[in-house]
Amino acid sequence: MMEIPYTSKPHSETGLYNAKFGIWLFIASEVMLFGALFTAYILLRVGASEWPKGAEILNVPLATINTVVLISSSITMVMSWASLKMNEFSKYKVYMLLTFLLGVVFLVIKFFEYNAKFHHGYFPSTNMFFATYFTLTGLHGLHVIGGMIVNFYFLTIGSKMWNTDKERFTNRIEIAGLYWHFVDLVWIFLFPALYLL
Amino acid sequence: MSVNNVKSHIKVYISIFVALMVLTVLTVFVSYLELSIGYAVTIAMIVAVIKGSLVANYFMHLISEKKVIYWVLILTLVFFVILMLLPILSTLDQVSR
Repeated sequence: MMEIPYTSKPHSETGLYNAKFGIWLFIASEVMLFGALFTAYILLRVGASEWPKGAEILNVPLATINTVVLISSSITMVMSWASLKMNEFSKYKVYMLLTFLLGVVFLVIKFFEYNAKFHHGYFPSTNMFFATYFTLTGLHGLHVIGGMIVNFYFLTIGSKMWNTDKERFTNRIEIAGLYWHFVDLVWIFLFPALYLL
Repeated sequence: MSVNNVKSHIKVYISIFVALMVLTVLTVFVSYLELSIGYAVTIAMIVAVIKGSLVANYFMHLISEKKVIYWVLILTLVFFVILMLLPILSTLDQVSR
């Protein structure tokens, strides 16, 4: 069977192992995806005759906690990669588990937030504000779920690769991390735009 | 990357983490000041851009990345700016009529 090329060795054209180049291209496309929705949000908001202040109907303290949770999960993610770099697999497991659990905390808080909105009769169809709020946070939430599935895989069965190819596995965690940090980065913009302004 | 190298990186990660927390508190605090919308948007976006670049540069290691990634991101940035200009241009267009 032919091996997949450039999983650890850098490609001569890019100077990178292929997956890293790949994830950056993917992130570039994600920038455009979120960017398109963000422009739509600006256009709708500027064009609206009235627009509620986020802080008056959304839960700022909960969203602030979620910001802290996501930033914390970014540091545990980068620490899981650094642990592998230092050949400390057990530490990797701890940090990766923490990253996954912080993802769970983020989603649970989001669930309570959504639930409270539905309870008050606020749905995507209520008005333009809630349509953009649910679309942007919903898409972001799906990204969190996607990242958590990948992280869970690398925490469990996917971590077997550490025994056969340490460098390739470390690279995989770096890639998963790049995606996870990007999801954090998106939230850093969504939080002030939706909740604070 | 050597083990010592990684250890010095970890110190950087922790200071970035602290900076991100401080900036989060700052941006929430500013939102309670009841500034006019222009100032509020400007400050919130400046803080978000600083936080975003800290994440991208240090957690995502952009500060020491290969050239090809910079080119990909510069290209992305160009299209992103065009995308952001669309609502502004369309608003100006409506105002001028």
